[in-house]
Order: sequence, then structure tokens, then C-alpha cells
Amino acid sequence: MVDGQFQGKKWKDVKVGEIVKIAANETIPCDIVLLSTSDPTGVAYVQTTNLDGESNLKTRYAKQETQAKVPEKERFIGLIKCEKPNRNIYGFQGNMEVDGKRLSLGSSNIVLRGCELKNTNWAVGVAVYCGHETKAMLNNSGAPSKRSQLETHMNLEIIMLSVFLVALCSVTSVCAAIWLKSHKNELDLMPYYRKLDFSEGEMESYQYYGWGLEILFTFLKSVIVFQVMIPISLYISMELVRVGQAYFMIRDSRMYDAATNSRFQCRALNINEDLGQIKYVFSDKTGTLTENKMEFQCASIWGVDYSSTEASLEHGHQAECSAQVDGKVLKPKMKVKVNQKLLQLSKNSFRNVEGKQIYDFFLALAACNTIVPLVVDTSDPTVKLIDYQGESPDEQALAYAAAAYGFMLIERTSGHIVIDIHGKRQRFNVLGLHEFDSDRKRMSVILGYTDNSVKLFVKGADTSMLSVIDKSLNAEILRATETHLHSYSSLGLRTLVIGMWDLSVSEFDQWHFAFEAASTALLGRAALLRKVASNVENNLCILGATAIEDKLQKGVPESIESLRTAGIKVWVLTGDKQETAISIGYSSKLLTNSMTQIIINSNNRESCRRHLQNALVKSRQPLAASAVPNNFEGFSDAIGTPIALIIDGTSLVYILDSELEEELFELASRCSVVLCCRVAPLQKAGIVALVKKRTADMTLAIGDGANDVSMIQMADVGVGISGQEGRQAVMASDFAMGQFRFLVPLLFIHGHWNYQRLGYMIIYNFYRNAIIVLVLFWYVLFTAYTVTTAINEWSSMLYSIIYTAFPTIVVGILDKDLSKRILLKYPQLYGAGQRREAYNKKLFWVTMADTFWQSIVVFFVPLFAYWGSTVDISSIGDLWTLSVVILVNLHLAMDIIRWNWVIHAVIWGSIVATVICVMIIDAIPTFSGYWAIFNTAATGLFWLCLLGILIAALLPRFAVKYIYQYYYPSDIQISREAEKFANQRVIGGNRQIEMYPIPDGPPR
Amino acid sequence: MDLDSGTSSTVGARVQAIPGRPAQHGALYQFKQQNLPACKPVLTPATVIATFLLMGFIFIPLGLITLRASNSVVEIVDRYDIECIPEELRSNKLLYITDDSISKNCSRFLKVPKSMRAPIYIYYQLDNYYQNHRRYVKSRNDKQLLHGLGDNSTSSCIPLESSGDLPIVPCGLIAWSVFNDTFKFSSGSSELKVNRKNIAWKSDRNHKFGKDVYPFNFQNGPLIGGGKLDPNTPLSDQEDLIVWMRTAALPSFRKLYGRIEEDLDADDVIVVQLMNNYNAYSFGGKKKLVLSTSSWLGGKNDFFGVASLFIGTFCMLISIVFLLLHVKNPRPYGDAMYTSWNKKSSSS
Repeated sequence: MVDGQFQGKKWKDVKVGEIVKIAANETIPCDIVLLSTSDPTGVAYVQTTNLDGESNLKTRYAKQETQAKVPEKERFIGLIKCEKPNRNIYGFQGNMEVDGKRLSLGSSNIVLRGCELKNTNWAVGVAVYCGHETKAMLNNSGAPSKRSQLETHMNLEIIMLSVFLVALCSVTSVCAAIWLKSHKNELDLMPYYRKLDFSEGEMESYQYYGWGLEILFTFLKSVIVFQVMIPISLYISMELVRVGQAYFMIRDSRMYDAATNSRFQCRALNINEDLGQIKYVFSDKTGTLTENKMEFQCASIWGVDYSSTEASLEHGHQAECSAQVDGKVLKPKMKVKVNQKLLQLSKNSFRNVEGKQIYDFFLALAACNTIVPLVVDTSDPTVKLIDYQGESPDEQALAYAAAAYGFMLIERTSGHIVIDIHGKRQRFNVLGLHEFDSDRKRMSVILGYTDNSVKLFVKGADTSMLSVIDKSLNAEILRATETHLHSYSSLGLRTLVIGMWDLSVSEFDQWHFAFEAASTALLGRAALLRKVASNVENNLCILGATAIEDKLQKGVPESIESLRTAGIKVWVLTGDKQETAISIGYSSKLLTNSMTQIIINSNNRESCRRHLQNALVKSRQPLAASAVPNNFEGFSDAIGTPIALIIDGTSLVYILDSELEEELFELASRCSVVLCCRVAPLQKAGIVALVKKRTADMTLAIGDGANDVSMIQMADVGVGISGQEGRQAVMASDFAMGQFRFLVPLLFIHGHWNYQRLGYMIIYNFYRNAIIVLVLFWYVLFTAYTVTTAINEWSSMLYSIIYTAFPTIVVGILDKDLSKRILLKYPQLYGAGQRREAYNKKLFWVTMADTFWQSIVVFFVPLFAYWGSTVDISSIGDLWTLSVVILVNLHLAMDIIRWNWVIHAVIWGSIVATVICVMIIDAIPTFSGYWAIFNTAATGLFWLCLLGILIAALLPRFAVKYIYQYYYPSDIQISREAEKFANQRVIGGNRQIEMYPIPDGPPR
Repeated sequence: MDLDSGTSSTVGARVQAIPGRPAQHGALYQFKQQNLPACKPVLTPATVIATFLLMGFIFIPLGLITLRASNSVVEIVDRYDIECIPEELRSNKLLYITDDSISKNCSRFLKVPKSMRAPIYIYYQLDNYYQNHRRYVKSRNDKQLLHGLGDNSTSSCIPLESSGDLPIVPCGLIAWSVFNDTFKFSSGSSELKVNRKNIAWKSDRNHKFGKDVYPFNFQNGPLIGGGKLDPNTPLSDQEDLIVWMRTAALPSFRKLYGRIEEDLDADDVIVVQLMNNYNAYSFGGKKKLVLSTSSWLGGKNDFFGVASLFIGTFCMLISIVFLLLHVKNPRPYGDAMYTSWNKKSSSS
């Protein structure tokens, strides 16, 4: 807006304080405070997909005071004060002075950059944050970069190789020095050295810089020649392999969630192989273990239990509830099972006391929320669906339930709501709304009735509600409700308590005054509002309680079972209360009856310490009795009585970041199950850090909500569930998937494969680079230590690019040590990754010894066979090139487990490609090696040497491999044999290890 | 290297057909699900023992055959670099070789141990001569050899890129140090005819050394390194140079000098008239004259035969050891009792 006119402007030119007008479906260029919108009530709908991935529409409000003003016509001056730019996209505080009035601004008045304006023709606002100061940009930092453990270990080995490289170069230069020294007097005229240059008439040294410098040059030259030792190409191939692995993970139909049409997502590319080494899984409960699709299950109203489970569904009858608006039928989008009795009661009562209570109860459900009803068209023009959009799934479930019982929320603005009660539309003024916060754990709404009576409806968690309910009133009902609550939560249901109170005029005025003052305060507004809310939410009359079922996701118990079998410790960290957590623990088979439960609930540090010490003593006893050495293999837990540790957030406050951490860790590492309830998001991260700091074991955190972000980022591997609670967890995660049960194929199949493949690939790449360097080095010893290479420069350059690169990449992507079926059948096979079987120091040194032997064979067989013969440098170089390349590829071929046509093509193809390349290089007349390959390949000795080299070089490896596989078989080896021979005979011994059968393909 | 042919079997991918999702059985889908048909070789005792036996059966006869071939080669080696210096000059070899006034003529008498069948190859052998020295190997210009002076960048040839402001063809240390001892052979009274043609690779003569490139300004510097070249013969016909320019891989090497195309009988005495021109004394090199017949394997070299006998025996031994081990201590394949988790639970 310039000079009273709106003009088009580029995003980058928008400045703070400018007035911006946005049309429908446009993207907001900066963070703006809404002044007015096309909607007369000042509502603007925005879609925040770009910010948090949630596709539901959110409502933002323009202040009533500014809504009336039209900036094109009248000039007005205002001042907006707001906080400094920060990255909290869910909070904003500020105030605006217009016409001498001070208006408070909250997060509902600001529209952030990146949102899109929907269902609103236009919106006008003042830019408050621009460019990099916008909240969207400030949130752009991205997750901290993680490095895979394999790579970290690999770097140690690379340092070792560097030391080896320096050693080789030093040997070369020292030998060169000795040679120069001993031939000092001959150098001048030696035909192959010719130190003196006579061409310019006077005698001077030609390209000879003295003893010291010659040594230095030799050293540098050998660094250049031997630098292949450091496998730079390995990093590139690893990236390529990871991309390939990620592709297959994404494509895996086992991890495709048909319900949400979401594939597996690989958001981090550098920690694929860590998936194969996980030892600890930290799981959120809500939305991760459970579906987070809330279903209204039971209600306890006025001390009477109405449960919908036993009721309507067997009649095949679902509540058909609709409302007529302007000749159109409105229906709620989701259908809810209803209790017929309660439905009847709610329909035809308003007379008796019981009916009144039911009326208030459902009114509270329909009104006391922040749901926005959206009307969605259907194919039938007379029928429209009401879609309840809201941030909390509990509220949605309750609103749908209320609608099913005939209390349909139809319209909500900042000032009023319209509820259709059994066909009668009623309008209530919303006088005040105290939003839910985690301290109060309740929310309340103050409704003004048409008859000017004012009522307060409160709903919230049982603990927080029971403390504010007037106990003297209806004590019996309270008791009955409490009994119901207890039985609900033991079923694993989420409970909420509903209460209400009639506000008298004086109470209302008192509240109103305090509320106005608090909501315009600039500093500490949240705290003030909280105080106002808790003042008014007092002495309530209990209405009843609701129970919502948080359904377990499909396959969760089985998944947890197999994770445990694989020796992975599953810790559940949840914000729910202890009873719910334990009941979910039982239903998900995390807890079993045979377990000893250790529960730690304490309110201060001392009792915490006492509890921990007692628990430690307790945990040691069964272990000592069973006389099994305390190994950390995860199996020890299974032998003694398994212990489950249940600890709550308040205790954790005293334990984390204090000296008690150590004891907790010791205790926890003895427990097979750890349940942490009532934990705050940051505590989740604290617990992950607790484990991560103290062990080298890999940790995985899985969660779906914004509260899991810190945990996901802290863990070695973070997995996000793309569920209902928005996408923050997915944004922060390294991998994202649709269902918890996909963790099983992810870890057991892909994690296992990725780890095995990459572990092998690293070792193999070390080998493949070291062998050529060693061959080059041996030759240097026979060239008066002058770093001549028999292998043509082109060939040594192409060696790691063309000759040997593709097979290792393809094998790294495609080879499978075991089939999916076997891997899922025996989760114990996952232990190979936890024990680091595919890559460790021992393997490295064994491979290096093998490399040494192979290089000796490759070099010395031709050397002796051609000693004192007419062979020229290019011919023997070609022999060395070919034999190294074929050897390296055969070595790989020997270790490949599954030969499919791609692998065949790439292995044999790269050998053929090498031969062709060598031929092409030797067909260039201006190279000194012209036609060498064709001349030598015509001799028998060439082929005999090649054959001899290949066999002699691979013999020890083959023999050792066989002995190792046969007499010290790994689990993988046995399973591989079983897989192969299972068809041929029935294995009797197999039956008893099929204790944990897992359905092969999860049905969908 | 068919290690596992005995047990390889193609196992078709087992995929659970997921109902309700058709069109998933194409090759592409199988690829994406990593279910390509594949064969899974597993090392079983039978295959391993058989492989080692097979290796033994291949390498022992191979070793015998190559040893036989090597033994059939008759080879006469004569070191002449010391013997050709007159007694009084042996203490100062350098003086002998650098002084042009001293005659370099020398006669050697070689006794033929066994009858030698034509063609008999004549080699000169140099020991302790690093033709693979980095400075040496680089000091040449392949373009010049092919195209002559048309290509002027001879910087790779220093210190022998030019002499007296004129470029040298062929330039570089290698050409400069070309070997120039000459040999003449006679048996009894008759001179043995030595064929000096076709001693270099045909490919080199035809494509690597120019047919219209003539030596120019060669060996005109103050220091003469080796032989001179006939300035009227194109490089492609200077076969000694071509042979010499194929730099040897190892510090002890032979180069072909020519062929004697008649048979020699046992106990014949061959008289070699040689010109001992080449200076190998300055760096302690050795010069040898070699007369050798040839077999399909090349020259006389027992290494390969011995090595393959060794490999073969070793393989046989290993296969026997494995067989005994297997009989004594067999492990049923694929038996789940051996897995770590079953072992652990049974031991407790």
C-alpha cells in the first residue's frame, strides 16, 4: 500500500509496517497482523501446509475494531507493539493502539509467511515480520546433521590407512635416498639417470636438486601415486548406495500405508545403516503406538454410565443425525457409535433433572472446544457434510459425539456459536474462552444464553478437574464418576471430566474485568490469563465424564514382541498418566504379568534416591540368583524375572541432570521395559540423551507429535509417524512412515540389509584400493625407488572410476544376505548389527592381511615368471592391471550372496569393460604402451600367469571363509543355509525356534 | 572359478500376493520390492572339497607341462662384459670403454650343450640396468617418433631434446642410450647367418615409428650415450632402436638381437665376434649374450612350473584335510540348534 493505493510489489520489497492485501489462494509474503477480511466478522481461513503440514483450515481473526475500517477510504494511524522475531510458530504476543484504544493481539490474529489464504476473498494486514525475520524462515534451520556410526568407525580406519600411506611413502623415499647415496658417483653419466646436462655447452645438473630435495620429491611423488589408498571414491559410492537403498525403502510395499496413502519417507540420507544397529527404541505412545483416531466410547453422566460399546452397532444402526439449514441437510462427516438409551434420553428430555444434566453435558461437549465446523459439499446438492476441523483429536471426537446425540455445532465465530439441538438452532454468545494449557490441563468456555444467564463449562483431565470441583455438592455422583473414571482408564481409555457452573452477574463482571485486563497485557499475558482462568474455574458442579478410546495401531503388539525378541529395548515415553500408560503397556504386550514392576513416583529428590536404590537392589537379586554373567547382550533380561520400570515425569525432574542419572541408567539397563509417563517433551530428549551418553549403542526415537521433535532430533535415528498430530515430527525426523508396525520391516529387513551391505562395502573398498596401491608399491621397489608405475596412468585413474566402481555400488544396493521372510521370522538375526558383525576392527585387519597376500601374488607371480625376459613395461603393466581388476571383481563375486541378473551383468560387465578400456588405451599409437596388450595376450605365459594369480590369490580366502562358515557359523550363515535347504528337507529342530512367528506380509 | 555350480539353484522370489492391489507382478515391481529371482550359492563341504580337488587336478598337470616346456628350451648364457676387457685394463674399466683408441673387438667361444633347433634366438641381456627408472621412462617423445619434426614440443626429452640449437630426432635419454654392441657368429669355418629382421613388434614398425622420419642431429652432443643411427634409414626400419625403445619392465632384461635360422648340434663350438662398445661399466651393469631356443611358453623359466606344482599340491592337501575334518566333525547344514540364541537358552 503506497499513498492510499494498493500496488503490486515483490516479496523481497515488502517492509515492516506496510499494509498488505492478499487475495484468495495467494500465499502470504510475510508475517502480517490481520486488519480486516472480506468476511464481515473478520474471519480469515488459512492453510498452513507449508509451515506444519496440516492441511486443515485454520481460522485467524481480524480485530473487530479494525475490521470496520477500510484503508483505501479512510486514513487511520495505529501502533503495533510486538515481541522480537522468534521461531515459535504457535505463539505471538503484541498489542495494537488504534484510535487511542489498546487491543491485544495473539496468535489468532497473525498470519504467517508461507500460509495460503483460503475461502476468504481478501485479507488486509500489517506486515510485522519480513524476510528472514519471519517465523517460517527462522524455523528453517533444519535438523542437526547426524552421522552414521559406521561412518564414524570407518574414519578411524581411514586414519589408519593414512598412516599406512605415509609409511609406504617414507619407505620409498628412504630407499630412494639410500640408492642415491650408494650410486652417488655414478649418477653423472649413468645412461638411465644422466645427472649432467651438456647441451648448453656448460655442464650443469639436469633436474637434480640435491640429495634432500630429491628425497622430498620422491616422497611427494609417491604420495601422488599411492593416494588411492585413501578411498575418496568410497564416500561417493556410499552416497550413491544410500540413495539406492533409500529408493528401495521408499518403494517397499510393506511400508506403504494404504490408509493415508503415504509411502515411507527417507528424509536423511546418511544414516541408513544405523537402522541395522538399533539397541534402544524410544517410542511415543499417542499417535505412535496408538492410532490417535479418537473414538468416543463411554460417557458417565450424572453418575450413570452409558457405554456405547454394547449398544448400537450390533443393530447395524448408526445414528443418523442431521439438521436442516436453508432447506439443506447438514450431516456430520464422521459417524459415531451411539448408545440408543442415551440417545433416547437426550432426545426427549428437557424436563426432568436427569434430562437437564444430559442436555448440559452435550452442550458442554459441543461448545467447550476450539473446533471450527466447515461445511463441505457432497455429490448430493441438498446434503452437506460438516467437517469439524480442530487441533486436538480429542475435541474432534467429542464434537462428533455431541453431534451424533443431536447437539450439532454448526457455526463458530469469535463472538458466538450456533448449535443445532435436535433440529432447533440455538445461538450462544461466547463471552470468554480459556484455551487449554498443559499446566491447568483443562479448558473452559463462558456462554451467554439468550436469556442473559451466563454459564461456565469446563472440561479437562481428571486430576486437574477433581481438584476444582466442589466436593460438597453431589458427593455421591462424584464418587460414582470417579469409579467410572477408574474403570475407563483401566480399559486404556482417555478420560475427560466435564463440569459447569452458573455464573452470577457479579461473578461474571468480576471475571470480565480481569479477563479484559489480562488479555490486553503485553507482558506475561499467558500467565495472567491462566490466573484468571483458574480463578473462575472453581467450585464447579460435576456433569460427568467422557471416555475416548485411543485405538492401538494395527500390529503394534506383534511389532513390540518381535522388537524385544531381537534384543531391542523398547522404552515408552508418554505424556499420559500412569494408569493409561500401564494399560496401554499391557494391551501392547509391552508389559506382561510375569514381570516385576518397579514404580517410581516421588515428589522430591531424597525419596527419588531412596526409590532408585531400593529398585537397584531389587533388580540385582534375580540376576544374581540365576548365575548368568551380566552381559549387556539383551538376553540376560530374558533369563531372570524380567523387570519393568515405570517412572513418572515428576520423578524424572529430580533425576535428570543430577547425579541420580547414573543410577537410573544402571537400573534401566537391567530392565527389559521402561515406561515413562507424564513426561514433558524436553524430558523425552533428556531420557534419550541419558542412554546415548552412556552407551555406544544406537538409539532410535519414534514419535508423531510436536512434543516428540526434541526426542527425535536427539536420538541417533529419528523416525516420524505421519499421523494426525501434524507434521512437525516428520519434519524433524530422519525417516517417516505411516504406522508403527512398519518399524519391524524397516529395522529387520532394510536396516539389516543396509548395515550388512554398507559394512561389507566399506571393507571391500579399503581392500580394493589398498591392493592396487600395494601392487604399485612393490613395483617401485624394482625401479630404483623412483615411483615409476607399470600400470598406465589412465588405467590407474580409471581403476576406481570404471574398472571396479560399479560392482561395489550395485552390490551395496542389491545384495541380500537373507530373504525378507527369514529376517522377519527370526528377529534374533537383527543382533548381527547390534554386535557389529559386518564391520569391526578384526574384520578390517583380516581383510588387510588378505589384501597383503593377494597383492604379493598379483605382483610377484609375473615378476618371477618374466624375470630376465624381454617383457616390456607396458605389457607387464597390462597384465597387472587386468589381474588386479579381475581379482578384485572375483573377490567381490565370492562374497555375493544372491546373484540376480543385475549383479551378474555388472560384475562380468565391468571385467569386460576393463578389457575393452585396456585395449583402447593400448590402441593409441602415441602412447608408449602401443599394442602391448595384443602382443602379450598372444603368448601362453600371459594367460597362465593370469590364471595362476587368480587362483593363488583367492585360495587362502576361500579356505578360511569355508572353515569359518563351517565351524564357526554365524546366525546369518545358518539361516542362509536353512533358507536354501529348507525346501529339500524338513528340519525338525526348526520348530522350537518358531516361537515368535510374525505374519510375513502384514495384511492390509 | 565356478565355485558353487553344484549347489546353485535358482529360487524364484516368494512374494505374497497382496489382495486388492493388482498389477504388481511385473518385473519392475519385483525389482522395486527387491524380489528379483536370484541364485544363492552356499559353500557346502562337498562343493568346497570338490573345488580344491579340481584345482589340484588342474594345477599339478599344468605345472608338469610347463616344467617340461621349460626344460625343452636350450639356453646358452655368456657374460662377456668382464671377459672382454684385456687383463691389464680390468682395474680401470671406465678407461677401457671411454678410450676410443682401444680396440673393442672380442671373441667368445660358446659350446652348445644340446642340439638346438632353429630358430635360435639371440638376446643380449643387461642386469642391474634400470630401464624402468622414472627419469628414463619419461625421456622420450612418442609423437616425434611417429610424425618426426612436425611436432616440435620435445620438452619431455630433456636433457636430450636438442643439440646445438637443433632438435634431435629421436630425442630423449632412451634413444640416446641405444645399445650398440654387435655380434657375429660362426660355427667351425662357416659363418652363421643371423636374421636381424622382424625382431621388433610388427605393430611398432608399422604404426608407432614413422616411415618417413629419419634420424637427425643424433648423437652429436658432447657425450655419446650409445649407438649411432643411419640417418638415411627411416625410424620404422631401425629395428634395434625400436626394440630398445620398448623399455624393459624389470632391472634385469633381455632384448632380441636376431635369429639364427639353422640348427646347431650338440658340442658344436660357436665363435662369437663381438664389438664391446656399450658402457655398462660406469654403473656396475652386467652384459650377457644369450642364445636360446623357444617353446610355446617362451624362454627358459622354471618358476611357473614349480609354482603351479606347489599350488596344485597345496590344493590337494587342503581338500584332504577338509575331507577328514568333515568326516570327523560334521555340522548339519542350516540346523537352527547352532544359532546363538538357541545355544544360549540351552546352556542356561
